[in-house]
Amino acid sequence: MTSESTLTAPLENGFASDALLDPMVSKAIALIWHEATLLDAKNYVAWEALWTPGGKYVIPIDPDTDDFESGLNMIYDDARMRRMRVTRLTEGYSMSAVASARTARTISRFTVTANDGECVTLRSAQIIVGFKREKHLLLAADLEHRISFVDGEPRLDLKVVRLVNSEGAVTASGFLL
Amino acid sequence: MSTPLMENHDGFSALAATDRVAGQLYTDPEIFEAELEKIFYKTWVWVAHESEIPDKGNFKKAMIGRQPVIVTRDRKGALNVLLNRCRHRGASICEPDKGKANGFTCPYHSWSYSLDGQLRGIPYPEGYEGVIEKKDMPLQKLRVESYAGMVFASFNQDIEPLEDFLGDAKLWMDRFMMQGAGFGIKVQGEHKFRFDGNWKIQLENTTDGYHFPIVHRSWMASVDAETADMLSFMTDENAVTHALGNGHSVAIMVPEHVELDADDGTEELQERFRHIIDELSETMPADQVRRIVRSMHGAGFNLNLFPNVAMSMSFFRVLRPISVNETEVQHMALGLDGGPESVNRERLRIHEHFQGPFGFGTPDDAEAWDRVQRGANGNPQMPIMVNRGLNRETTGTEGWKTSHVTDESGMRESYSQWKKMMGND
Repeated sequence: MTSESTLTAPLENGFASDALLDPMVSKAIALIWHEATLLDAKNYVAWEALWTPGGKYVIPIDPDTDDFESGLNMIYDDARMRRMRVTRLTEGYSMSAVASARTARTISRFTVTANDGECVTLRSAQIIVGFKREKHLLLAADLEHRISFVDGEPRLDLKVVRLVNSEGAVTASGFLL
Repeated sequence: MSTPLMENHDGFSALAATDRVAGQLYTDPEIFEAELEKIFYKTWVWVAHESEIPDKGNFKKAMIGRQPVIVTRDRKGALNVLLNRCRHRGASICEPDKGKANGFTCPYHSWSYSLDGQLRGIPYPEGYEGVIEKKDMPLQKLRVESYAGMVFASFNQDIEPLEDFLGDAKLWMDRFMMQGAGFGIKVQGEHKFRFDGNWKIQLENTTDGYHFPIVHRSWMASVDAETADMLSFMTDENAVTHALGNGHSVAIMVPEHVELDADDGTEELQERFRHIIDELSETMPADQVRRIVRSMHGAGFNLNLFPNVAMSMSFFRVLRPISVNETEVQHMALGLDGGPESVNRERLRIHEHFQGPFGFGTPDDAEAWDRVQRGANGNPQMPIMVNRGLNRETTGTEGWKTSHVTDESGMRESYSQWKKMMGND
């Protein structure tokens, strides 16, 4: 029989079996899956509304860095760049966005790396399969989400997408990860 | 439409005329194989910028056609370009993209080589006594020369000196480097992507001003008015393309930024860089601040160097042919070596805004190029037209064929060199 005390005791490798049961964490994961649904549906206007005003959306090239400012990234968006990006993807003038691949993505393998009662930071794995003009494409990435709770509602405050092939050739695409 | 290009099968060179090229230049695998042999393994191919290998022991990998090479700076500080292939059984001896090393050791049987390619060690050498001498088995070395920090290599040991090959392009390479604004130029990082199309589609694009406001409308809409205005060259009669010979050409988009060292003081600095101006002004004289900020977008032109590199405003664009219908492109962001950190960061943000697989420009270019390849499969014998501006092409005192930047003089220059190199002899 499992008692509450054994649930809360982390194992030696840092695994805390009940970390995902925290109600804030559950809400954070629900937001991440909701975000994935919006991105697959290319509902970028609704996606933009999920962010905090100071939120950063990053697809770095260097697999190890957290200093996104001083290196080259594939995406390094603050609210202003996000606004322009959503406009570009929705206004119909970008031929790559108009012809972008249809995608289906799954996110799993969640681990909680921080939870201070106001912010939850989660790591996960994402697999995206896309299809465009007779060809499938496959993108795998480690994700990091920092979810901030503003008035009890979860919001995206940081999203880092570390593609497994970030230092290799990445297919140019008209959709978001 | 007549298709006279296809009547003559006396070598592939007949497939390129002055004003048009055969569509099968994009689609025929035989032509692609011949291009590797007659162009990529015969001429000077760009492999590195010296800032990528600044110190003794630095190396980077590169590709020339399908052949893997290592660019090294040896213990004497000299540049070497070595085939990345062990002399014993052919394994690659270097797999990291770049780094620092004392030499290279093959992972298979531990044959070890120095940075200049000499075979230094063979384990258990008894089996080779009287069979081989180490001095006879160095890594294959390519010819290597550099100009303005740009390192080129060639498999062709008899090739003309690099400076002769670059010819009039040297002037423009010097002008390009003026964006250092008193500092050296360094590579800050690179985007890498592939598209499903022939390499020459990308080669043409760097000198194609005509597509810019159409393909890049969404990028133009996202930048500030001053930047958009700076790149409004469609009706600017000073925005011209010069054919420089040997396949090279320069497309001038921002005529006032051709020579960044020259400044008549009339240009207003862009308001978007106000935070940089204010920060630099705390420690730098006003003329130096102005010099750096005027260079923030790079040089006012794209210099296309046949066959595989362009010095494109503020970055290098390197192309690598993978197959007849697949090409890899690198966009290398440039910064000021030893320059202000804030300036280099701003240049990274400018680069990210347009370039890379998720930039506001590159994905639309890649989509256009994919579409060219798909379309060119339809009647591959129908010509690709490169005749725009033939009606207004002139030859100036420098001997450069010149037309408007939206014209196709640069492409005609590339195909002229292609035709020369693809002949039977």
